[in-house]
Amino acid sequence: MDCTGLCEVLTQGGTDPGLAQFLSILIGVVLVVSVPLVTVIFLIWIERKIAARIQDRIGPNRVGPFGLVQTFADLIKLLIKEDITPASADRLLYNAAPILSLAAVALIWAVVPFTPYHFGVDLEIGALYFVAVASLGTLAIMTAGWASNNKYALLGAFRVVALLVSYEIPLVFALLVPVMLAGSMSMFDIVNAQAGMWFVFMAPLAMLLFFISSQAETGRAPFDLIEAESELVAGFNIEYSGMKFGMFFAAEFLHVFTNGVLITVLFLGGWYFPGWQMPLIAFMWLGLKAFIPYFISLWIRNTVPRLRIDQVMRFNWFFLVPLSIVNVLVLAFLVMILKEIGWVPVDETGAMALADATFIELLPMTIVLFISNVLICLPIINRLRRTGSDDRVADEQRAQHAIAHAAGD
Amino acid sequence: MIQFDFSTIAFFVFAVLTLGGALGVVTNRNLFRGTIWLMVSLFGVAGFYVLLSAPFLAAVQVLVYIGAIAILFTFAVMLTRSLTRLNVRYTRLWPSALGAVLLFAMLVIGVIWPVFGGNEMYSLPLSDVVRTTSDLGVALVSGEGYVLPFEVASLLLTGAMIGAIVIARDADEEELEQ
Amino acid sequence: MVPLSWYLIVAAALFSIGVFGVLSRRNGVAVLMGIELMLNAVNINLVAFWRYNTTIASVTEPVPSELNGVVFAAFMFVVAAAEVAVGLAIIITVYRNWRSVIPEEADTLRG
Repeated sequence: MDCTGLCEVLTQGGTDPGLAQFLSILIGVVLVVSVPLVTVIFLIWIERKIAARIQDRIGPNRVGPFGLVQTFADLIKLLIKEDITPASADRLLYNAAPILSLAAVALIWAVVPFTPYHFGVDLEIGALYFVAVASLGTLAIMTAGWASNNKYALLGAFRVVALLVSYEIPLVFALLVPVMLAGSMSMFDIVNAQAGMWFVFMAPLAMLLFFISSQAETGRAPFDLIEAESELVAGFNIEYSGMKFGMFFAAEFLHVFTNGVLITVLFLGGWYFPGWQMPLIAFMWLGLKAFIPYFISLWIRNTVPRLRIDQVMRFNWFFLVPLSIVNVLVLAFLVMILKEIGWVPVDETGAMALADATFIELLPMTIVLFISNVLICLPIINRLRRTGSDDRVADEQRAQHAIAHAAGD
Repeated sequence: MIQFDFSTIAFFVFAVLTLGGALGVVTNRNLFRGTIWLMVSLFGVAGFYVLLSAPFLAAVQVLVYIGAIAILFTFAVMLTRSLTRLNVRYTRLWPSALGAVLLFAMLVIGVIWPVFGGNEMYSLPLSDVVRTTSDLGVALVSGEGYVLPFEVASLLLTGAMIGAIVIARDADEEELEQ
Repeated sequence: MVPLSWYLIVAAALFSIGVFGVLSRRNGVAVLMGIELMLNAVNINLVAFWRYNTTIASVTEPVPSELNGVVFAAFMFVVAAAEVAVGLAIIITVYRNWRSVIPEEADTLRG
């Protein structure tokens, strides 16, 4: 292992090299974990403000300027609330579940490249790490539902797990697209491969699929049937109160923004922006770009009605999963053909290398891939429209039957 | 003499996780807790893969076991929970405990210690560099590599998936009408 | 780095605990968990032998046989996943028909 930066300074100051390395890594870990945890406090405020504007309200405005300190007040309220553990609950697992839930989201930030020089760790298997860590959240929910020893919590947990496990499939298939284009699973390489052209122009469909399935993974509307706060009491977290509930809550808020950051890293070019490149500016670009998917996610959450569980499942298995598989296959096939023609920039070993290519070099490839995406989409949108109108007609007929039946009696 | 660096400490942490979790699995009366202990144990195994410079296997271990197999186990535990009041936790407790201890002793005393224990050749890896994940990917699909086992494995998975669905599904409504 | 024999001892212990679980438990799900432990013990061995015994001829030119331990372990994952899926499906079906999760009680086919 190399020893640079802070570690070097500590070693020169007379610290044992092993200890110096350990300390510098520890500080890095604390920093990487704190960034999202501090961000989430302000995200809650932003989300409440945006939601309020969409619903024609003002939102938090009493505590501090523009209600900025409202989240701190809520935090204190959650902290001093009575911390209840049901008598029949499994104490150990009941207390471990919220921690695991938040950890599953916070761990994703370890592989997020903030700038070319600031990142937690550049794993060779970054994308796979993200999928693996995200699956811890499913286990946390299952544990919470079971350990509460409450029928409704358990039923809620079953529904969440069914949803999460199903939507992981299109998520992973969509994730394969940037991995395939960059030729690497490292998040760092994926961002570098977008130096000339962002992947959103090469694979808009993959980004859309990733966005939809990550929206489902957070359990937000229109996929919030697991919680359905206006109809049911709550889902798996019904028995939780105080800060333990707060941790589930924070995990959900953080997850939405984390998805925004991941979409930026995977499809929107990470820290790249035409023209202006400096380490701290790069960090700003990443944050600003991450707010686009984040804002769209909030927008959808506050405008779209809730789906039924059978609709959600049908949408996934009959629409998202086949579409994502077709998308990956078509893309792989086209890239192979383009490579034969010579429209794909390659390095000296003949492997695809997008990192050193310029915008102009990548343009023909991008146009072909974009058109292929549009061609995949067209029949599918048509099919969706037909299914939708068929459903509506069937519903109307059923309603008329019911009315006629009622009138006949 | 063994040098106590961080990888040694990490080895002991993962060994405690793996073996402690495994003991939790076989001694816990409550099967849901057993599943959680199984996850702890398999997480420790993932740590071993990291120490052995196979990060791909570690990620797949977490993904497959915690993301998929743990969920399957919890569902199976819940679906078969009611009406199964097993009063006896163990059958043949002492014979099997004795058998397991004997097996362990036999493996350590008979095989591991004489063959690998004092052998200097096995105290350190032969090479410092290891093959990366992309090399693994190439090896899995290259003609002189493992492409045939790879295809057979994918067939096995497809077969298992279809088989599991056919075995576990409820009878269709049409079948019930017949 | 710790010597190879330590990994082998941990794997042997894990395997023995798995054997104990398989032999002593009555519940079919618990038996499957024991089998998972045994499979993982084998996997530790495969990867440990691969790490300690592989000589790499050339850094730039990978040979597939230099990766055999990892490849075998990856196939073990496939086998484990398939085994759990089918095994649990069988247990659930047995439970539906016999109201029992004890493998020995499903003995209709015994002559």
